[in-house]
Amino acid sequence: MKKAFSDHLLDWSGRLLVLLILIFIALPFIVVFIVSFNDSSVVEFPPKHWSLRWYFNAFSYEDFVKGLRNSLMVAAVGSAISLIVGAMFAFVFNRYEFSIRRPLHAILMSPLIVPNFTIGLGALLLAKGIFVPRSFGLLVLVHVMVTLPFVVRGVSVSLQNFNQAYERAAESLGASPWYILITLTMPLLLPGLISGWLFAAVLSFNEFSASLFVANLRNQTLPIAMYNYVREYADPTLAALAVLYVVTSAAVLTVLHVFFRLEKVLNVE
Amino acid sequence: MWWSVDLFVVKTMSKRPFLGLFASPATLVAISIVAALLAIFQYSLRAYVPGSLRPGGFTIENFAVLWKPMFRKAFLTTFLLCFWTALLTLLAGFPLAYAMVRSKSSLVRGGILITSLTPMFLGEVIRTYSWMIVLGKQGIINVCLLRLGVISEPISLMFTTTGVVIALVHFTLPIVIIMIAAALSHIDWNLEKAAASLGAGRVRIFFTVTLPLATPGLVAATSTAFSWTFSAFATPQMIGGGKVQTISTLVYQVGFSSFNMPLAASLSLAGLLFTIAVLTLFNVGMRKIEKLGDC
Repeated sequence: MKKAFSDHLLDWSGRLLVLLILIFIALPFIVVFIVSFNDSSVVEFPPKHWSLRWYFNAFSYEDFVKGLRNSLMVAAVGSAISLIVGAMFAFVFNRYEFSIRRPLHAILMSPLIVPNFTIGLGALLLAKGIFVPRSFGLLVLVHVMVTLPFVVRGVSVSLQNFNQAYERAAESLGASPWYILITLTMPLLLPGLISGWLFAAVLSFNEFSASLFVANLRNQTLPIAMYNYVREYADPTLAALAVLYVVTSAAVLTVLHVFFRLEKVLNVE
Repeated sequence: MWWSVDLFVVKTMSKRPFLGLFASPATLVAISIVAALLAIFQYSLRAYVPGSLRPGGFTIENFAVLWKPMFRKAFLTTFLLCFWTALLTLLAGFPLAYAMVRSKSSLVRGGILITSLTPMFLGEVIRTYSWMIVLGKQGIINVCLLRLGVISEPISLMFTTTGVVIALVHFTLPIVIIMIAAALSHIDWNLEKAAASLGAGRVRIFFTVTLPLATPGLVAATSTAFSWTFSAFATPQMIGGGKVQTISTLVYQVGFSSFNMPLAASLSLAGLLFTIAVLTLFNVGMRKIEKLGDC
């Protein structure tokens, strides 16, 4: 079928629009990429001399090194707890009817609406009220609160597409509930568990607002260290760090896309 | 026999293995969330004792303070930021989500998906810093406009509401794109084909078939965009630089510069009630409009 001229116009203007929006998304990262190789210690565009010194500076700045270590620790512990607690809750929420099922779900999902800065402030005031210091444990608890909704959501999607006939078959053949859970249910839920954990880990690693309220100088995370750096220095060190972030994230996403097909994980197929 | 199998299933379902064990940790987290919110509520009703971190006696003074012009202005600014961001994000996110779901080339689909998801993995600080470079006096926008002779003096988008909105749209786009794409991907494409076979043009099909079917997803995406923008802190703080005060930046300022925790608590509580009210009104309104469409 031959397309009319107006159809072609519609197609090409649509493509142009999509391209412009993609450029808008990529623009700050392109600029940051160029600026990060700028030799001058003030951010200027376009750069006159090129150098790699900001990359070396990013790796040698003590607060970033400590911040990275703290962020990795908090993200690892926080996302692991979030995954276990969230997956177990998603399981009982999707399978059973019990008295506190709905209120519990509403409270656990509330951080999607309650802003992170409010949760951070609340945790800080709570800790103060019961004389708990601003510790690593408090930071982890806050990270669990803000990442849990994403785990519950991710695992729930997998559970809704789950065919329970397999479990019934295993049960009728005499398998114990634990045996069914570990050898059948968990392997089948693996994609949901992985995507839920990944979301939790990434969100936790990047979490800023809530952490700002509950972290102290000793356990400050990388985003907080970066925020403090911008307030004190104007040089492009952070641009170098941003480039490393962008490259790593895009690489991880591409690998995930090739192996797991992200459309399926995100339910946008 | 088939009925005995069914009976068996019903019996095992009533056993509910793991219920207590699996629900308990989540209950602990839920209790912590409630306790944190109660702590805010409690502090919001306490008096501020200058020079002391301990709150004083019970009072409703804090909420009267919120009526001061500075705070009223912050509420208005926050609302406008959320409104413009949600609207612009929706307008920019829809074409991208549409192209991502409908493109025939898997390369295009993957490219759009990865480009729009990458910013989500970067966190608020990195993204805001990048926009600071773009929007600043020496930034790319100024340099280009100056070279092209559009402007003669550098304009600074830093410390302006426009600058904050641009960065907030960028911050909110990924989640909105995912939500719209999810909504679009669940639309039955055959309905559009049917409309086309009956002679409807593409523009007409889009506005009378595709868009109405996507509306619930769009409403959900708009609500999410609104609450994401409301909870944004680094962006208004770093790009607004104290000139654009939102509820989030004021909560931080009141809490950590003047150590007035009771006022910070009442401000965040009022802010939370404010978002819930706006979102509820929006959802109720949209449902009314959808119902009108059914008649």
